[in-house]
Amino acid sequence: MHSIADLKKGEKAIIKDVSDNNIPIKLLEMGCLPGNEVEIIQLAPLLGPMYININGSHLAIRKETAKLIIIDKPINNE
Amino acid sequence: MSKQIKVALIGNPNTGKTSIFNSLTGLNQKTANYPGVTVEKKEGICKLDRGVKAHIYDLPGTYSLNASSMDENIVVELLLNKNHKDYPDLAIIVSDVENLKRNLVLFTQVKDLKIPTILAINMSDRMKYKGIELDLSYLENHLDTKIILTTNRTNRWTDKLKDLISNYNKLPSNKFMDPQLIDPEYFKNLQRTFPEQDLYKLWVVICQDVNFTSVDKNFLDGADFEIKSTAELKRLQQKETIKRYQLINNILKLGQKVDQSKAVGFGAAMDRILTHKIFGYVFFCLILLGMFQAIYEWATIPMNYIDSMFASITGWVKINFPSGAMTDLLADGIITGIGGIVIFVPQIAFLFMFISVLEESGYMSRVVFLMDRVMRPYGLSGKSIVPLISGTACAIPAIMATRNIENWKERLITILVTPFITCAARLPVYLILISLVIPNERFLGINAQGLTLMGLYLLGFFAAIFSAYILNKILEIKSKTFFVIEMPNYKLPLLRNVLFTVIEKTKSFVFEAGKIILSISILLWVLASNGFGDKFNNAENIVSNTLSENHEDYNNALSSYKLEHSILGNIGKSIEPIIKPLGYDWKIGIAIVTSFAAREVFVGTLATIYSVESDKEETIKERMSNEIREDGKPLFGLASGISLMIFYAFAMQCMSTLAVVKKETNSWKWPTLQLIIMTFIAYLAALIVYQLIS
Repeated sequence: MHSIADLKKGEKAIIKDVSDNNIPIKLLEMGCLPGNEVEIIQLAPLLGPMYININGSHLAIRKETAKLIIIDKPINNE
Repeated sequence: MSKQIKVALIGNPNTGKTSIFNSLTGLNQKTANYPGVTVEKKEGICKLDRGVKAHIYDLPGTYSLNASSMDENIVVELLLNKNHKDYPDLAIIVSDVENLKRNLVLFTQVKDLKIPTILAINMSDRMKYKGIELDLSYLENHLDTKIILTTNRTNRWTDKLKDLISNYNKLPSNKFMDPQLIDPEYFKNLQRTFPEQDLYKLWVVICQDVNFTSVDKNFLDGADFEIKSTAELKRLQQKETIKRYQLINNILKLGQKVDQSKAVGFGAAMDRILTHKIFGYVFFCLILLGMFQAIYEWATIPMNYIDSMFASITGWVKINFPSGAMTDLLADGIITGIGGIVIFVPQIAFLFMFISVLEESGYMSRVVFLMDRVMRPYGLSGKSIVPLISGTACAIPAIMATRNIENWKERLITILVTPFITCAARLPVYLILISLVIPNERFLGINAQGLTLMGLYLLGFFAAIFSAYILNKILEIKSKTFFVIEMPNYKLPLLRNVLFTVIEKTKSFVFEAGKIILSISILLWVLASNGFGDKFNNAENIVSNTLSENHEDYNNALSSYKLEHSILGNIGKSIEPIIKPLGYDWKIGIAIVTSFAAREVFVGTLATIYSVESDKEETIKERMSNEIREDGKPLFGLASGISLMIFYAFAMQCMSTLAVVKKETNSWKWPTLQLIIMTFIAYLAALIVYQLIS
C-alpha cells in the first residue's frame, strides 16, 4: 500500500483513501479527498514536512500525516 | 435612530478579507478583544446611502464551521446564536478566485444556516493570468446568492458592494443543501428527536469540539438520542465534506472554465528557490540579517530626533512651570518616562512593518515549512517561528500568534518560552546600562557596545530554545500531532494593509505602556514624598545636626535623607538584603519592583527617584553614573551593570504578558510557573555573574 509519504519531489498520484481517524478534518476540507490528484512540490530536508498541491490547495503537512493518505501507484511524469 | 445593518465578513485565511474590510471602512475601525478570550475583534463602520450605516465585523479566517481553534470558534459561536448582539443581518463570504472550489465549502455551510449571503470573489484581477473564466449569472443562480468580483488593487467595486449591502433584505436566504443527504438515517432520527430545531444548526452544534466551544450542548443530554462516538461523527463530517465538494464541483463544471495553458505563474519558480533545501535557508538568514540591520540602522535617525524633542519638552516645562515637586514629577517622572517609550516607536514600527510584509507576501508560510524540522527536536513547531520572530517586538502579539499551532504541547512550549526573546521593552533598560558600563571602544574590530547588545539578543534566543528543550523532556502531555499549513500565493504586500497594521500595533503599544508609566510615576512620587515616624518628619533637624543649613549640599542631603525614610525608601530598604548579593542597592530594588509591571518602567522609576532626591539639572544617565556606593565605587559598575542586564534578560517582568498567557492557556498554573521559574533563573544568573566579575 502506498501513501503520499512514498512520493518523491515532482511526483503525482491520485488519492485513494483518507478514512484513517487521525487525519484532521481540516485537511479533508482543504480538498484532500479520494479521487483528487496530489503533487509533491517540495520536500524539506531530513524528513521534514512535505509541500504538496492537492486539488489546487498548496499545503505543507508532516510525514506522519502524509503516511495516512493512501494513494494508487504514482503517476509517471511523461 | 437610523437603521444599522450588521455585516459579517467571513472567509478562508489568505483570501484578502482584511483588504475588503479596509476598503469598506477606511480608518473608521477599531480593534478590541472578544470578552474572555484574546481573539481580536475587528469592527468598522461603512457609510451607505441615506445615512444608513453598516457595522462590518471582520471575523477570523476559517476553513469551515468545524472549529478547531479559538479563532475559528468565534465565527461559529456568532453564527449559531441569533440572540447575539452582533448576529449579522448578512454575511459577505470572501473567496479567492484561484481556490473557488475550496472556498465554496465554507460558503455553502454559512448558507445552510439561512443567513443572507453575498459571495465576494476576490483577487479577480488574477483571473486573466490563471486562464479562469466565470459565468457569473449561472453561478448566482445555482449558488443562490449575489456575486461581486473584488480586487485588492482598485476600489471600483466598493459602490456596487455597498449597494448590495443596503438592499440586504432582497438577498436570498435559502439553504444550499439538505443535511439529510449526508446520512439519511442519522439525520431523520435527529429531526425526530428535536422536531422544533433546525436540523443543520443542530448538526453543527453536535460537531463542535468541546475543547474550544462554549456552544451549549446540554440540551442534547436529557433527550432520548444517542450521540455517536467521535470516530463515527468524524465519518459523518467527512461525508458532509465530500457531499459538499460533489455539489460544488457540479456547479463549477458549468460555471467556471479554467484554461491551464493560459495560466502564467511565477509562484512555482519562486518556490523552487525560496523553499529549496539550501537556498531557502540562505535566503531566510539574509532576510533576518537585513531586518535587524534595518531596525538598528534606520531607526536611529528618528530615535535621535525623538530623544532631543523630549529633552527640550522637559527643559521647557522646567523653565516655564513654577519649580517644585509637581513640576519635577511632570518633567522627570512623567514626560521622561513617556519619552522613554516613544523613543522606541520607530523600532517597534519597523519590526511590525517587517513582520506584516513577511505575512502579507505569503513568505512566512514558507519559513514555517523550512523551519518545522529544525524546531521539532526542541518540542516546537515550524509555526513557532512566527511567535519567536514577533517576540523581538513584543511578547503579547507573539503569544497570540501561537494560536494556529494545532498541537497543544508545541503551542504551550512556544507560549512558555517566547518571553525569553529580547522584546522592545528590554531595549530602554539595556541601552542605558550599556552606555553606562560598557566602554565605547572597539573589541576585535567591532563596537563593544553593539556587541553587548547582540550578545543579549543571542542570550534571549538560546534561553528560549534551551528551555523549550527541557520543557519538551519534562512535560507529559499527550496531544494529537498534526500540522497543516496553507502555502498561499505570493502577493505583493499592499501598502495600505501594512500601514494599518503598523499604526494599530504601535498605537496600542504606546498607550498601554503610557498608561502604566503614568500611574506608576504618580504612585512612586506619592510614596517617595510621604513617610511616617520621626526620621521622616524631623528630617530637617537631623540633617542640620551633621551639615550646616547654608552648606551647598544641605538641600540634596536633606532630600536623600527624606527619600531614604519615606514609605518608598522603607519598601526599598526592606528588599535590599535580597538583592544586595546581585550588586544592587535599594533604589534599584524599587525600580525592579515597579518594573515588574513592565520592564520599560525601570528607567522612568530611577528618573522619578533621582528627581525627588536632587534638584540639579542632569539627565538620568548622568545621575545614574554619579551614584556611588558606601565604599565610594560607582553604583553602576561593570559587575552590577552586567548583572542587571542578565537579570532583565531572564526575568518575567511584564504583567501584560502574564495576563495573555493566563488567557491563552486558560489557567493560572502556567503564568505562575513561568513567573516563578523565570525570576529564579534571572536571580541565579545575575548572582553568579556579579560574584564572578566583582
